[in-house]
Amino acid sequence: MGKLVNTAKETWRFYRKTLALVFTGSKEYYLWCILLLCIMLIGFLSYLKQAQVGLITTNMRDQVAWGLYIANFTYLVGVAAAAVLLVIPAYIYHFGPIKEIVVLGELFAASSITMALLFVFADLGRLDRFWHMFPGIGSMNFPDSLLAWDVLFLNGYLVLNLIIPIYLLVKMYYGKEPNKKFIVPLILMSIPWAVGIHTVTAFLYNGLPARPFWNASILAPRFLASAFCSGPAIIIIIFQIIREYTFVKIEDRALFKVAELMAYAMFLNLFLLLAELFKELYSNTVHIASVRYLYEGLHGNYALVPWIWVGLILNLVAFAIFLFPGTRQRLSTLNLGCVSIIAGVWIEKGPGFVIPGFVPDVLGEIYEYIPNLRELLISFGIWATGFLMFTLLMKVAIPIASGEFSHSKYETEKPAPKTK
Amino acid sequence: MPNKRYSRREFLRTLSAATVAGLSIPVLSSCSKEQREDFLQKHFLEFSDEEKRNLIARLEERYLQKHKKKFTVSTQEALPNTLWGYGLDLSRCIGCRRCVYACVEENNCSRENPQSQWIRVIQLKKGSLINLEESEHYYNPPLVPEKEFLYMPVQCQHCENPPCVKVCPVHATWKEPDGLVVVDYNWCIGCRYCIAACPYRGRLFNWADPNVPPDKWNTSVHYLGNRPRMRNVVDKCTFCIQRVRMGRYPACVEACPTGTRKFGNLLDPESEIRYIIDRKRTFRLKEDLNTEPKFYYFFEA
Repeated sequence: MGKLVNTAKETWRFYRKTLALVFTGSKEYYLWCILLLCIMLIGFLSYLKQAQVGLITTNMRDQVAWGLYIANFTYLVGVAAAAVLLVIPAYIYHFGPIKEIVVLGELFAASSITMALLFVFADLGRLDRFWHMFPGIGSMNFPDSLLAWDVLFLNGYLVLNLIIPIYLLVKMYYGKEPNKKFIVPLILMSIPWAVGIHTVTAFLYNGLPARPFWNASILAPRFLASAFCSGPAIIIIIFQIIREYTFVKIEDRALFKVAELMAYAMFLNLFLLLAELFKELYSNTVHIASVRYLYEGLHGNYALVPWIWVGLILNLVAFAIFLFPGTRQRLSTLNLGCVSIIAGVWIEKGPGFVIPGFVPDVLGEIYEYIPNLRELLISFGIWATGFLMFTLLMKVAIPIASGEFSHSKYETEKPAPKTK
Repeated sequence: MPNKRYSRREFLRTLSAATVAGLSIPVLSSCSKEQREDFLQKHFLEFSDEEKRNLIARLEERYLQKHKKKFTVSTQEALPNTLWGYGLDLSRCIGCRRCVYACVEENNCSRENPQSQWIRVIQLKKGSLINLEESEHYYNPPLVPEKEFLYMPVQCQHCENPPCVKVCPVHATWKEPDGLVVVDYNWCIGCRYCIAACPYRGRLFNWADPNVPPDKWNTSVHYLGNRPRMRNVVDKCTFCIQRVRMGRYPACVEACPTGTRKFGNLLDPESEIRYIIDRKRTFRLKEDLNTEPKFYYFFEA
């Protein structure tokens, strides 16, 4: 009985402390959270309107059946995959604090995957029938449909990336060493799984001979290469924010090493792009139409042309920055390179990849798709949801990882924590 | 779906339906009866005959309430020894689009914002038949045909190897025993993967609730064909399933003023479509994709 009361007390203490952590912070923290909540609210209201009227309120049509939502989805799957792959260099190069880096990477992956899934939900015409896909009660077309594969892989990845950090955090909370026999296989499994989610997502497009622009074997490697650029770019920036606002010490050395790996990834990405462009331009078949539309416009339609060139230039600039040790080992230029990559890769494998698959359409019609305000608001709402989720997770996870927040038994008086 | 797993699946379904219902009582109780019925409705192929009859009675009643018209909803199954095939004589087509509009009316397609057309007639420059990248979709001269062009109507090709069926994540679309590719509008989740996969633009999306003037409803409908659709689901040409399974021609065949369009049973050696395949030089669109369409284009000698 006494034990039960103790457990209840301890649980209550955990919730109370968690709430206290989440609800107290600096002025910047409040401002950031309120800003995100406002964007989320606007996005949610826009979504309600879309659900009420139908997808007619977007600019998607039969010619271009997928737009901004699926573009964001594709990008975020890559970001989620790359976040976990950061675990490998953390082990190989013995980055200090490895535990924190693993927890951070996996929670970041979980937030990205959540955003990716929310983008699928936003795009789905009949969200009310989503249960039709559940194995057992619904009727999942597995293994024929790559979308079924994607649903399984993404949800499995989400679960994996919640189990690992939560397990590690619980152990840290109780001041115990994690059981390596249990957690190391899971961490190791999350690495090929990360490659898996992005490969399956690439195959989802790759397997459609109706769309020559996507029906290229180079797609999955290209996806992985660009993911290795955009994911770490975001993480480098997050590392700096975290070490600025918390006790976690992340050395510059770790950032610079990641930047070096990104230089290789960007080289590979640009090389694969070159290989694809050579094949298209030199063979010059009728299937070049989508590439033409993307890079130079087709029959007077230029919607994507400025975007893709800006994206390409950003990627080239970032490559130069990351190639030379002088520029990648200075925080100002490093951050410039990261921002360039985040934007450049988003253009390249978001709208620059999804939309040209539909333009011209299978019967040669050109419908120029540019997302409208509603699609933008809903998309921003989903991004804000992911950011808020990650912020709150960090707000609790970092004090646990650094030992500031633990089970009452291990609690020691510490100076008031410097919080985010 | 294999039948032997039926009972376990049924059990799981009941269990989860109960859970879902339990969890969503507050949501569902705010919904109408209609929405609740639709939400829990199962896949059409899992309906027993009696359940089908109840479903049809319910739908007819609902359409009567909503559209003030008596609809006849058929669930007529495929006729035995039938595989429907289509022939289209490119040397006869004048590009008048009568088939397009006959189809819209017959199949209760949305009339405007946007008008949903299951048939698309494209205009091609003479001398270039296969290069669809050069096609014109919105040709609008005072008089067709124009000398330098030819016209190619394209609709669902009812592939033997349909990519749309392969990619659908929930089995909401399938090939019937008579070769027709159909959609269960109540099972489609609106992901539009099939639209991305179709090389012929055979599938269209109901971006909004279909917009049909009250006096324009065709009340003779098939459950898998031209019954009123709802928003955010995919639909497509079914070769007029509501007609062909009752021994009639598709509406586009009847509407064509030039005899361009032919239709028949590929398994019947005496049928017109078999005559065409035997005697004419036929080809199928994008044969290199291995979709095996049952839609044959040909030229009169």
